[in-house]
Amino acid sequence: MRSNTVGWLMLAPTIAILGIFGIIPFIYVLYVAFHQWNPFGASSEMIYNGANNFRRLVFDAEFLTSVAFTMKFAFFAVLSEIALGYLLAQLFMREFPGRGFFRTIHTLPLIVAPIVVGSVWRLMTTPSIGIIPYLLRSWFGYDLNIGRDATTAFALTVIMDIWHWTPLVTLTLLAALLALPKEPFEQAQIDGANRRQIFWHVTLPMIRPAILATVFIRLMDALRTVDEVWMLTSGGPGAATRYVGLHIWKIVFPKTDYGYGAAISVIVLYLTLVMCWLLYVALVARRERKRTF
Amino acid sequence: MQGRNPLIYVALWLLLSLLTLFPIYWLFIISVKPAVDLFTTPSLFLDVIYWKNYVNVLGNETLRGYMLNSMIISSGNAVLVTVLAFMACYALSRFDLAGKENIFFWTITNRMAPAAVFLLPFFLLFTQIITFGDWKLYDTKIGMILLYCTFNLPFAIWTLRPTIDGIPKELDEAATVDGASTWQVIYEVIFPLARPGLAVTLILTWVFAWNEFLLAATLTSFNARTITTGLSEYVTTTGTEWGAMAAIAVITLIPALIIFAVVQRHIVAGLTFGAVKE
Repeated sequence: MRSNTVGWLMLAPTIAILGIFGIIPFIYVLYVAFHQWNPFGASSEMIYNGANNFRRLVFDAEFLTSVAFTMKFAFFAVLSEIALGYLLAQLFMREFPGRGFFRTIHTLPLIVAPIVVGSVWRLMTTPSIGIIPYLLRSWFGYDLNIGRDATTAFALTVIMDIWHWTPLVTLTLLAALLALPKEPFEQAQIDGANRRQIFWHVTLPMIRPAILATVFIRLMDALRTVDEVWMLTSGGPGAATRYVGLHIWKIVFPKTDYGYGAAISVIVLYLTLVMCWLLYVALVARRERKRTF
Repeated sequence: MQGRNPLIYVALWLLLSLLTLFPIYWLFIISVKPAVDLFTTPSLFLDVIYWKNYVNVLGNETLRGYMLNSMIISSGNAVLVTVLAFMACYALSRFDLAGKENIFFWTITNRMAPAAVFLLPFFLLFTQIITFGDWKLYDTKIGMILLYCTFNLPFAIWTLRPTIDGIPKELDEAATVDGASTWQVIYEVIFPLARPGLAVTLILTWVFAWNEFLLAATLTSFNARTITTGLSEYVTTTGTEWGAMAAIAVITLIPALIIFAVVQRHIVAGLTFGAVKE
């Protein structure tokens, strides 16, 4: 077989770049997490305080609720995006006039910067001046108020996320569908499989790696969303949309409690990691077993 | 799979397009309104279009410079990331490397970091650690190109790998038997077949780099300042200049749109070339 040295050489630049920009900052954050440090406070000294930061966050109700909100947000957003994105990718596999054009249109939300997305959605939905509350009131008599109603605000952040990121799912799944060989489908059809059977036994096993990769990417991005939600709701009303990324932001920036922020970051990083790792093991292990047949 | 009237799809997509386009349409509406009209009763259509915001923005030399910076940084990053990810995915897919699945998983952990806290270590890295004499990474385009790899490279590796894995190994084996070198296998077998996936990766990493805000705002001051950062300069403590901000946003959509339209064709071309056939 070919020498593995070539393989390592091909991986080397990736490992080097991610090593420098990933590992060094991470070690630094880990170090800070064990200190009490407010670089802009009265005393900017770094004081070692053991695991106090970690102990503190177990009793931090705001942190715990923000984790719960973030999970809920990530769950609804990612699930809808995968389902919707798959359907749309399948629709794009069909032949119809203007397909390329519609594909470009459908991809448009992706190219809007998150900070702009949040701003526009805010302008569209602010009760007194937004077009959406205005239309809902005049057409259906429904009073939309994200500044007052926690559930609506939460739903709106999910809807905004779906609007912004479903195109990404559609694109990655479309690329996966396009790369599939045709023979298994033809074979399945010859064997008389119906659509549902083809989906479960042919399409799904083959695009599972792509779905998995997409779920990962979307999940971890949803878990660390900041700018969009900040622009749309500022975390409110109350703390209903104060997702964990925002919570960290508030601790690090207005409060400049850097040690505590670092501790939360480390924990959030681990939570994300463990969640993704479990998903990965569950799904990839299954795939590898199948492969041996 | 067959027999459905294609016009049904056209109708469906027209409807979906309305939903997709509305926020972008609204962005445009905001950009062509005088500031005073923003806070009155909203209406779906405008009687008068007010272009002043665009004139102001396009006439601003600093903003044009930011746009050029953004263009250089996101293009540099997208090309670098796609090449590196292609190499990495090929290595992960075709070689039997010890611990490669762990490396694969490790790459993605680089995307999980909550940005707010990692800004400070990045800042130190850029101003104090990676320095050569007077030269430092802070406020350089190359610094931003490299830094954006931290979230774009894992993304690219994770989205590209299924595509490379999906290309049957029998194809490279056949080519090897025919006397092709590793390089020829990559260039003549894998690359053409992976093109749809590569195109998707390239545009998406380009867009992510183009849209990034937080890191650019912290790690650049002028020489490598990007347009999203310029845009945020219109959100001030005395209030937001929505019109100017929306105008910049609309302008920044245009290059992305052009790139999309161009690469889109390659994805479609990938449909004929890229379908894996024996």
